[in-house]
Amino acid sequence: MNTELAPRAAETRRAPSGVRLRWNRFWTEMRRDAFCYLFLAPFLVCFVAFIVVPVVMAATLGFTSYDGFGKLRFIGFDNYIALFTQDIVFLTKALPNTFLFALIVGPGGYLLSFLFAWLIHQLPLRIRDYYTLAFYAPSMAGGVALSVVWIAAFSGDRVGYFNHFLLQMGWIDSPVVWLQDPKYLLKIMILVSLWISFSVGFLAMLAGLQTVNRELYEAGRIDGISNRLQEVFYITIPSMKPQMLFSAVMTIVGTLKAGSISTQLTGLPITPQYAGHLVINHIDDYAFIRFELGYASAVSVMLLLVSYFAMRFAYRLFGSKEEL
Amino acid sequence: MIRRLRRITPFQYALVSGFTLLAAFMSLPIVFILNHAFKPQNELFLFPPRFFVQHPTLRNFESLFLHAANATVPFTRYLFNSLLVAGLTLVSVILVSTMAAYVLAKYDFHFKQLILSMITLSLMFAPETVGIPRYLIISGMRLNDTYFGHILPALASPIAVFMLVGFIAQIPGELIEAARIDGASHVGIFIRMVLPLSVPAIATISIFTFQGVWGDVETSTLFMQDETMRTLAFYVNSLVSGLQNNVSGQNMAAAAGLLMFIPNLIIFLLFQRKVLETMIHSGIK
Repeated sequence: MNTELAPRAAETRRAPSGVRLRWNRFWTEMRRDAFCYLFLAPFLVCFVAFIVVPVVMAATLGFTSYDGFGKLRFIGFDNYIALFTQDIVFLTKALPNTFLFALIVGPGGYLLSFLFAWLIHQLPLRIRDYYTLAFYAPSMAGGVALSVVWIAAFSGDRVGYFNHFLLQMGWIDSPVVWLQDPKYLLKIMILVSLWISFSVGFLAMLAGLQTVNRELYEAGRIDGISNRLQEVFYITIPSMKPQMLFSAVMTIVGTLKAGSISTQLTGLPITPQYAGHLVINHIDDYAFIRFELGYASAVSVMLLLVSYFAMRFAYRLFGSKEEL
Repeated sequence: MIRRLRRITPFQYALVSGFTLLAAFMSLPIVFILNHAFKPQNELFLFPPRFFVQHPTLRNFESLFLHAANATVPFTRYLFNSLLVAGLTLVSVILVSTMAAYVLAKYDFHFKQLILSMITLSLMFAPETVGIPRYLIISGMRLNDTYFGHILPALASPIAVFMLVGFIAQIPGELIEAARIDGASHVGIFIRMVLPLSVPAIATISIFTFQGVWGDVETSTLFMQDETMRTLAFYVNSLVSGLQNNVSGQNMAAAAGLLMFIPNLIIFLLFQRKVLETMIHSGIK
């Protein structure tokens, strides 16, 4: 940092003394707080190297044609133009699939998380922990550990548990190949994702419910709140906005980055007839199968933009002040 | 107990029983994996399929560990890698994040607001979206096939710092002020006061960090080309990916899945109370 700042200091010597004074003050303050920067340094270095720089690089690579080995070639907006005019798989499969998937798993999972957290909160204190564990355990086990469960449950023959159940009930006549049939794959992905969506955000909501001031309910009752639903809308949710927002952010991230679930279910990097093709799969396809890194980066920039706007929306709903 | 029971209305009774059923339903995958892992080979082919194990056996775990005999990389190597990476990552994330969070929460300095808002913004960051540049950076720094390649990317954990900032901010500033007057150094204050006082938050981020690292397949797939440097999660993932049309390996994969799940469960059960305690302070305000 020293070497970088020295020439700038020399420059300011010729400038009006006001600037120089300000610069000197800034510099002494920086030196006074040196230990702060020292404490921050390890985190900040990794943060910049593995988060800031990759995002900037993705933004730059998006304007290039690059195969990972040869030379970078700048091609301007061509990637983006191709993405929205020529990429049929993206437009007809990845985009609608992701849209449907995110719309159900995101808000759906979020509402279910809140509902279950609220219901758990109504239970006596001693037994709450067991319920918390029951809902949280699947997400804790994680996608990798549970994929064997889904594979066995949705197995395509009569031995598959889901098939067996439906056959017993007489709802279907012959076993359905759940995971390979394009008709069902996306629906099963949504179901499975909802099942494991009670994660960090769910815990945050549980904690948030504990922070709500009990006296507010009393006061609300006097002011004319008559049922539980009104209580939830007018007292509970406004009182736990910080946790609601945190949870919303976690849900958005979790939903948009989901992509490995289709691979885990079908065992194929590209699902049959692109039935479970999400934007993340599209990125992986172009990046690590076709090695068109520039194009893949353009797609990931689009995904980052979408998650940014989803975040803005969440802040609008629950944020206390206009940030971002 | 009796007083408690008397207050329960029929509505609550219906609610609790319905909810219990729901909770049981939601935890089915866990019950299933537990049973599946102990099923002997012949029970996998039973018709009608049985949910619960009838003659539990440890054969699956045995064959998992003895897979060494005919595989290029023994199971124990994956296990060792996972344990080493998870352990080292956990310790370094705790140290690095707490240090950063301490100064961010308790001191005023230039660029602080900028850094804080960047951390809040990057909560939405999912490493999966920028896998390519990350791969380029890792190979540019020559971290491929090293343990640093596993650990360093995990150190950039905005969620950990974010939660810790929220928690440390509510530690009274007077405590730190008093320690400073008594002549404690910055490092001394950090080690003797901030670290012990933020144990609940540290427990929480330990759980998430451990879960993240323990279940991470991405790093092993992208950054590690050498099979001997890959982790247990990757191995389990590859075991499972061959199973779609093949029932016979399911019990072994379930056993491996169970091995993935058990450490998470133990850590969570140990720290559960602390988690909720931390979450109260770490919403986005």
